[in-house]
Amino acid sequence: MKRYVSIWFPNFSIDRLLRLYPHLQHTAFVTAAPEKGKMMVKAASEAARQKGVYAGMAVADCRALIPTLRLFEDEPQQTANLLHKIAEWCIRFTPSAATDGADGLMLDVSGCPHLWGGEQPYLQNICTKIRAAGYNIRAAMADTIGCAWAVARFSHTENIAPAMQLHALLPLPPAALRLETHTLQKLHKLGLHQIKNIVQIPAYSLKRRFGETLLSRIRQALGQEEEYIQPVQPEEPFQSRLPCLEPVRTATAIEMALKTLIEDICRQLHKKSRGLRKCVFKGYRIDGNIQQISISTGSASRNATHLLKLFEPRIATIEPALGIELFTLQAPITEELGSGQEALWAASSHNNIKEVAELLDRIANRAGSNAIKRYLPQQHYWPTRSIKMAASLNENPQTEWRTDLPRPVHLLPAPERIDVTVPLPDYPPMLFRYKGRLHKVIKADGPERIEQEWWLQNGLVRDYYCIEDEEGGRFWLFRSGHYGAGDPQWFVHGFFA
Amino acid sequence: MKPENKKYELLGHLQQEIIRLSTPKQPQQQPSSAGLRIFQTAFPNHRFPTATVHEFISHQPQESAATNGFIAALLHSLCQPQSICLWISPSPLVFPPALKLFGLHPHQFVFVHLPNKKDLFWTLEESLKCNALTCVIGELKNLSFTESRRLQLAVEKSGTTGIIHRHRPLQENTLACLTRWRIQPLPSETANMPGVGFPKWNVQLTKVRNGRPQQWEIEWVNNRFHQINKPHHTVISMDTRKTG
Repeated sequence: MKRYVSIWFPNFSIDRLLRLYPHLQHTAFVTAAPEKGKMMVKAASEAARQKGVYAGMAVADCRALIPTLRLFEDEPQQTANLLHKIAEWCIRFTPSAATDGADGLMLDVSGCPHLWGGEQPYLQNICTKIRAAGYNIRAAMADTIGCAWAVARFSHTENIAPAMQLHALLPLPPAALRLETHTLQKLHKLGLHQIKNIVQIPAYSLKRRFGETLLSRIRQALGQEEEYIQPVQPEEPFQSRLPCLEPVRTATAIEMALKTLIEDICRQLHKKSRGLRKCVFKGYRIDGNIQQISISTGSASRNATHLLKLFEPRIATIEPALGIELFTLQAPITEELGSGQEALWAASSHNNIKEVAELLDRIANRAGSNAIKRYLPQQHYWPTRSIKMAASLNENPQTEWRTDLPRPVHLLPAPERIDVTVPLPDYPPMLFRYKGRLHKVIKADGPERIEQEWWLQNGLVRDYYCIEDEEGGRFWLFRSGHYGAGDPQWFVHGFFA
Repeated sequence: MKPENKKYELLGHLQQEIIRLSTPKQPQQQPSSAGLRIFQTAFPNHRFPTATVHEFISHQPQESAATNGFIAALLHSLCQPQSICLWISPSPLVFPPALKLFGLHPHQFVFVHLPNKKDLFWTLEESLKCNALTCVIGELKNLSFTESRRLQLAVEKSGTTGIIHRHRPLQENTLACLTRWRIQPLPSETANMPGVGFPKWNVQLTKVRNGRPQQWEIEWVNNRFHQINKPHHTVISMDTRKTG
């Protein structure tokens, strides 16, 4: 005999927002989404509902009712993800848990309740745990999916005894049968307000008037027709374990264990065509202490030799003390990694992005990932903002690199002050002193005026000059500000080739 | 035939043999690219050597900028548009957009900034071992002979071209690198027009193994080296040559 538990979250998106922003507890807010050119309320908080706001109203009307109403965008995808996560969490109660619509869960609990000491404590336990997490729920247990669904939403009883579903359904409205809107409207028009009015009517006339769906729904609710749920499948973490017969203490043994585990995890990753971004190696010591080392990679990888190389310098930091009896290797962060790639790369020996990525991983592992930088152009005139960091090795520039303006091959991280002799008002200097040496300016280009980007930063305008001194040294100087307004200062900002 | 002629012929053959044995194997026996033809007379077999380590020395900040500019100009001939190069330096000084002015794509460079000398050398050696890179540029101050030997062995195996730029070294000690260059900026030619002209350098090849040290005055015009004067061989004392 089957038993099902249906859990209904009457205000799921509101509960989700309250968990994210607890300070909204007693305020009026709604989630809304555009529909036919206007914002429509999708869900309203308790305080808003008390003042007459309900789902399906236009947001403009609600604003008239409550001027201080706060508005949140409806996020159906995030809400669905959360529901999926709760369904995965429910696997602690039963092996097959499924999401049910956008605001409900359906658990197949056949053979589980006795482990919690009976159906009543079992259902109580589920409700208490989910309510403690901050969700408003209604739950019901019954023999069929249809009956549990109906009772959770339309009745206050919680547990329908086996084979009592017809009795439980009789006083409920037809909406409890999970029917389409137009069928419900038709039933309402005919004055059939309760299920008991419907079930008395012979099946052939119901079928003629309302179609096969109504009959099928009734049969499902009563248990005369099979119905199935699609249980959620939790993603299995990539993990590998290696117990040792005797506790091991030597670096060689640890390295061998690590090698075995990495090869195993790479095989697992290969099957799922994924690559790991982060990897944690743990050693459980016999005195209860856990030793762990971890690595991360710049791009997804499942190359065993490369991963071992990344781990190698850290093996020495493991303290085996009296010995390690169990090793585990986990890959908490993984990414999609195609399988065709490797063959392709192996064929072309040169300019192999994968090999470079592995080299950069090794460098990042030693010196930190902040040391490695790759730049892309950015559309700004301010020199330091004209480049941005690339996120990955494969990222290509969105805009062209500019070549129309002279830019120095060396740019000082911070401009350095210089003393100058300069004819006023807008000429390049004739002489300047940089690092104690006097440079006589022979040739000059400029000025190139670069204004501050006021939406990013305030400050003085810069007039840049390209300067060549008598020895051929080429400098990029600038004057910060104008003569006539304050006392402008001169700086060296770079060197040309 | 005179016996002396025969002797010179024999000596010439022997010299060729020595060069063949002592120069590192080149990955492919094709002539050096058109952009580098100016320099090829200085090198053995008249090819600009790749898959080896070149050493550059600079003292002033202007010289250092000129050297990096010259390196970028060399890379223009050595690199393909899809090649990846690594630029390893203690601090960020090179301004990537300027590399575009030397005909390179700045996004094909990966910059690694390592203030610690030990890390920098380790990274340099590791990256020179990686044959997926076309060129690795390392900026560091001091390098011992043993260290340079390690770098040279790494490139001979992988075929990557290594460029070491030493700014203000404590001592210009002998290294196992194939060449030693010194680049100084020269006043640009403007033909009495106002403004600053194209980059112009005094390029000194002060040391080259089995080759002839030379000096050129070079301008960088429209992504090409442009020679101002004819090359003249500098007189290099015998002991300097031996060190190479």
